Amino acid sequence: MSAAPIDLPRWADAGLVPLVSVAAALVVAGLVVIGIGESPLEATTLLLRGALGSAEGVSFTLYYTTNFIFTGLAVAVAFHAGLFNIGGEGQATIAGIFVALACLWLAPLPGILLVPLAILAAAAGGALYGFIPGWLQATRGSHVVITTIMFNFIAATLSVYLLVEVIGKPGSMQAETPEFARHAILTPMHELLAPLGLKLPATPLNSAFLLALAALVAVWALIYRSRLGYAIRTVGANPRAAAYAGISPARIIMVAMAISGALAGGLAVNEVMGVQHRLLLDFTAGYGFVGIAVALMGRGHPVGVGLAALLFGVLYQGGAELSFDKPSITRDMVVVIGGVIILFAGALDGLFRRLVAGLLRPGRPS
Amino acid sequence: MEWVQTIAVVLDSAVRLSVPLLCAALAGLWSERAGIVDIGLEGKMLIAAFASAVAAFATGSAWVGLGAGILASVMLALVHGFAAITWRGNQIVSGVAINMLAAGLTVILGNAWYGQGGRTPSLEGPARFPDLTLPLGAWAREHVPVVGTIYDEVVSGHAAPVYLAFGCLLLTALVLKRTRFGLRLRAVGENPAAVDTAGISVAGLRYGAVIICGALCGLGGTYLAVSQSAGFLPHMTAGKGFIALAAVIFANWRPWPALGACLLFGLLDAVAIRLQGVIVPGIGQVPVQAIQALPYLMTVILLAGFIGKSTPPKASGLPYVKER
Repeated sequence: MSAAPIDLPRWADAGLVPLVSVAAALVVAGLVVIGIGESPLEATTLLLRGALGSAEGVSFTLYYTTNFIFTGLAVAVAFHAGLFNIGGEGQATIAGIFVALACLWLAPLPGILLVPLAILAAAAGGALYGFIPGWLQATRGSHVVITTIMFNFIAATLSVYLLVEVIGKPGSMQAETPEFARHAILTPMHELLAPLGLKLPATPLNSAFLLALAALVAVWALIYRSRLGYAIRTVGANPRAAAYAGISPARIIMVAMAISGALAGGLAVNEVMGVQHRLLLDFTAGYGFVGIAVALMGRGHPVGVGLAALLFGVLYQGGAELSFDKPSITRDMVVVIGGVIILFAGALDGLFRRLVAGLLRPGRPS
Repeated sequence: MEWVQTIAVVLDSAVRLSVPLLCAALAGLWSERAGIVDIGLEGKMLIAAFASAVAAFATGSAWVGLGAGILASVMLALVHGFAAITWRGNQIVSGVAINMLAAGLTVILGNAWYGQGGRTPSLEGPARFPDLTLPLGAWAREHVPVVGTIYDEVVSGHAAPVYLAFGCLLLTALVLKRTRFGLRLRAVGENPAAVDTAGISVAGLRYGAVIICGALCGLGGTYLAVSQSAGFLPHMTAGKGFIALAAVIFANWRPWPALGACLLFGLLDAVAIRLQGVIVPGIGQVPVQAIQALPYLMTVILLAGFIGKSTPPKASGLPYVKER
C-alpha cells in the first residue's frame, strides 16, 4: 500500500523497529514524568523494583501479563486476517457473563467438569460476540471497526442491566454476582506450586497463566503451521488472491473474528474465574485496548505478543507500586505509554522504519 | 397546558445533551468528508474538556478556556494528521492511540496539578459560560401559546457555546455545499487523484479538514467542562465521541441529518434520565440501559444495511499515494 516500501532485513523489521518505537514511547513517558516534577530515573528504579524485585512482585507481573497475552493474541489473530478488532473489551465482557452463568448454574457439577465447561463457555461467549461483527462484515458489508466499537458499548450496557436487574447478588450495594462455589474457580498459583515445595506469596496469579502460555503456542501453531492459518494470512494479505486460490474470504473473516473473540474471552477466565470469583462491572478495565498495543508491538507473532505482554505486565505492576511511593504518577501512565506505543509502532510505523533504515545505512539518505 | 411545559423541559435537556454530540459529529463529518477516518473524536473532546477547565480556572475566563480547549484539541488532531496524512499510517490505529493518550494524560496531569483524583477545581462566576436569555422570552410565553413556551424554554436560555455550535452547523452546511473550498474538500474524500491532477494539494486540504475537526471537538469538549459542568471530571466524555461517530454514519455524512441524529440521540438520553426508576403503566419499570444502548444498536443495524443504505466517502480511510 505504501509508496516506496522500505526494505529492511528481517531481524531489523521484527526486532529493531518495535524496540526503537518502544524506546521512543518510554522517552515520551519520561518527559511526562519530568513535566509533573518527578525524576524519571527514580521512577524507573521504583517501577522495576516493584515489578521484578520480589517473588510477590513477579507473581503480580505475571498475573497482569496473562490478561495482556489474551487480549494481545485476540487483536493479533484478527490482524493476520486483515481485520482490526477493537472489540476485545466487549467480547471479554460477554465472555464474563457466560463464565458467571456457567459457574453459578452448573455449580452442582464436580470441579473437574465445571472448570473446563466454564472456560469453554467463556470462549463461546467471546467467539459469538466476535463472530457477529465478522458475519456483518462478510455478508452485509458493515465495517468490523465500527461494529466492534458499538458492540463494546452494547456489551457494557447489557452487563449493567444483567448485574443490576437479573443476576446481581440480592441486597448487595455493588453490582456483582454472588461468589462462585469453591470448586468453580481456578487454582491460585501459590496453591498449585505448593506440593512442588515452592513457597510463593498469595497473589492473584492463577492457573489461567498456564492457559495463556498454551494459547500462545496454539496461536503460533494455528497461524504458521495449519491450513486454516495459511488461509487467514492469505486473506489478510490479499483477499482477491485468496478468493482466486479457492479460499472464501467471507468464511475466513467470520472464523478469524470468532477465534479472536474466543481469545479475548481468556481475559474473563483470568479475571472472573481466577481472581474475583464473581462477576463485577467493568472487570475488563481497558485491558482490551492495551491489547492493541501488545499486538502491534509484538508484530502479531506469538513470541512478540508474549514479550510485549510481559513488558505491559511489568509496567502495570511496577506502575501500581510506583503510585504508592509517588502518588502523582498514577497507573494512568501505563495508558499513556500504551497510547504512545500504538501511535509509534502502529500509525507511525513508516516513520520508524525510515529511522531504522537510516541507522542501518548511515550516510545514505533513504 | 402542563404537558407543553413538560415537553418543553424534556426538549430543552435534549438540546443541552445533544450539543457536544453535534460538535463532535460535525468534526467527524469534516474529517471523513476529506477522507480521513477519525475514531479519535472522543480523545480530542476529552483533552479539550481538560485544557479548557484548567485554563478557565487559571484565568477566571470561560473564553480563555474555550481558546485553550480548541488549541489542545487541534494539537491532537495534528498528531492524527501527521500519522495519517504525512506518514500514511493506519487511521484507525492512530485514532485508538489518541483516545488512549487523552484518557491517560488528562488524569495524570489533573492529579499531579490539583491532587483531586484527576478532577479540576470547580469553576465559578465568569469562569463558566452564563446562560444567555434571548429577548422577548417572557413576553412570548405570555402571549403566544405553545410556540412561545417552546421558544422561552428550548431556544432561549443556553450558554454561548450552544449558539456557537449551531452557528458552526450552519457554516459547515454552507461551506461544504456552496464554496470552492468545500467542493474541493469533498472531492478529496471521494477521488484524491483527480484533485491532485487538478494541481491542488491533497495533503493541504486534508490537513485543513483535520484542523477544523480539531477545533470543533475543542468546542464540544469545552462545552462539557466549562458550561454543562463546572470543571473537568476524569473520562467525562463517556463515549460521546463514539455516539457522534454513530450520528455521522446515521446522517450519511451530511450536516443537517447529522443535527437530526444528534438531537434524536440527545432526546433518547434525556428521556432515559427522566425515566430512571419510573414505573410506566402496562410496561413496568423501563430498563434505562435499553434506551442507552439504542444509538449503538441502531447504528449497527443501519450499517448492516437493514434500514436504508450508508454511503461513506469513497476514499475514506485510504492514504493517498501520489505515484499510484
